[in-house]
Amino acid sequence: MALEVMAKARAPIPLAVDLRVAPGEIMALVGPSGAGKSTVLRLIAGLWTPPAGRVRVDSETWLDTGPQAGRSTVNLPPHRRRLGMVFQDYALFPHMTAAQNVMAAMDRADASEAARLLDLMQLGGLGDRHPAQLSGGQRQRVALARALARRPRVLLLDEPFSAVDQATRAALQAQITALRGRLDMPVVLVTHDLGEAQRLADRMAVLQGGRVLVQGSVAQVMADAPALRALGIRELAAMLPATVTEHLPDGLSRLDSIAGPLFLPGVTAAPGQPVQVRIMAHDVILSRARPEGLSAQNILPGRVARVVPGAGPGMMVHVTLGGDGDEGQGSGGQGGAGEVGVDRGGHEIIARITRRAADQMALQPGQPVHAILKSLSVARDQLATGSVVADGGKAMDRTPGER
Amino acid sequence: MDWLALTLSLQLAGWTVAILLPVAVVLGRVLAFRAFRGKALAEALVMLPLVLPPTVLGFYLLVGLGASSPIGRAWAGLFGQPLVFSFPGLVAASVLSSLPFAVQPAQRGFQAIPPALREAAATCGMTPARALWRVELPLAWPGLVTGMVLVFAHTLGEFGVVLMVGGSIPGETRTIAIAIYDRVQAFDMAAAGVMSAVLVAVSLVTIALTFALSARVGRRLG
Repeated sequence: MALEVMAKARAPIPLAVDLRVAPGEIMALVGPSGAGKSTVLRLIAGLWTPPAGRVRVDSETWLDTGPQAGRSTVNLPPHRRRLGMVFQDYALFPHMTAAQNVMAAMDRADASEAARLLDLMQLGGLGDRHPAQLSGGQRQRVALARALARRPRVLLLDEPFSAVDQATRAALQAQITALRGRLDMPVVLVTHDLGEAQRLADRMAVLQGGRVLVQGSVAQVMADAPALRALGIRELAAMLPATVTEHLPDGLSRLDSIAGPLFLPGVTAAPGQPVQVRIMAHDVILSRARPEGLSAQNILPGRVARVVPGAGPGMMVHVTLGGDGDEGQGSGGQGGAGEVGVDRGGHEIIARITRRAADQMALQPGQPVHAILKSLSVARDQLATGSVVADGGKAMDRTPGER
Repeated sequence: MDWLALTLSLQLAGWTVAILLPVAVVLGRVLAFRAFRGKALAEALVMLPLVLPPTVLGFYLLVGLGASSPIGRAWAGLFGQPLVFSFPGLVAASVLSSLPFAVQPAQRGFQAIPPALREAAATCGMTPARALWRVELPLAWPGLVTGMVLVFAHTLGEFGVVLMVGGSIPGETRTIAIAIYDRVQAFDMAAAGVMSAVLVAVSLVTIALTFALSARVGRRLG
């Protein structure tokens, strides 16, 4: 049940996209505002028709502007496309209760099914409330329940977390992660927040000026220079999987990663739970020797995978943690250059340092280094519970969400 | 007190509301959602009865619906009686002169619906007809109710157009407003006073009742 989208247009914005989203996969459309992210969603939903394009879900054609021999022009209206859409401001029907909103998307109103969906969204008992009586986060969950009530073949999320505060956003994102096991349809998530995309999505497509600059796994996108230019270099980050081991009395929590322990603040996940830590490239310092007498708590030994020069005075150093082991001489030295994606067996993080520092350290692929991360630089919303980031977009280990 | 005239006025107002409600839904919706060439002209035409003197409107109606007009001839051929100076002719005139009072608030009502809600209805699988019934009408309802109250009140008080098109035939075209005028012409100030007071009371009760009801609906919508 894969989703294929192809479209070309000159107005209202120039657009040239070609996307494929596999069943159960979350594809994030990221890029600056005005890049055409929402337009792509609207075109999938049938709310906008491009001059030329095709939208197919599995064997079903929703849009085909043709004209090609043997194929007729198809343009199903939105209500005949079996999809669920969560709008930016949720677009709940204000005159209906939460349960009625959910039932509005069903072919045949089924109160018990609506109650089940609301329970699933942890909204049990709120079915009788009108949207005006619900908080932003609750409205968002009603909107998600309504989208799922349609039994969609494609789920579209248009900036679903933009209208809630940061704490609610983290909770909602955790909920989406927990829901992953049940989402067996292609999911397209539009967001301007790269961190959100990294935490939730399996793959990303970076849009700029209506064109897809790159689509692929998070690591692939992070290694793509034009994509990074479009997103802003400050957004460069990598996801590091870790497991919460204990919450310490001083407010920090200890997490175990492939490269050793991490001490981070504001971790709410229970001990034993897997999390994804988003490590911003500009928060990472590199050192050749293991530093001592340093205030930073997180010192992760690894090996330089490759050094990518930036446009300005900066360099991006990809560091493989774990994997070959931090003292082995191995073959890691040659394998680095040109390789895209997460290292087999290891995990990559990225450090952004100046060219001057890179020269002074004489950084070479294969060289052992220590990545240093200040505890407080990992903000609460940089953590995602559950491990969702795929390697190469294939194997995903999902959180065993509650059924 | 001319009870026959009051009943006739209420009947006229009722028929006018009944006919204008679907007209307001269709026209208000088209003007709110569609963009088309000549839209400004269409909006001006809908508003025209509001600014024209009742005598001008009445004159054109008299000509347009009269026995020598195509509409008048067709009506007479079908029902064997002229359209003007009859109750059906009065209803037609009333519908036309109250058109802006119905369409304008309806248009505002539909325009107040956020576009995302209509799109959400479509992505929820609702056909356009179902979306109209389940989403658009409940949300545009305050505008439609306001329009219908205005139409009802305006029809009860309409004088000039009724006099031009209907004259003053008891039980057929003599509305309460005409009856009051007749009484004043005959120096029967007492009867005119009673009827005026009754008209004030009926109008006030109708409007107050409708606003109270729509306030309850509004609270439910939150």
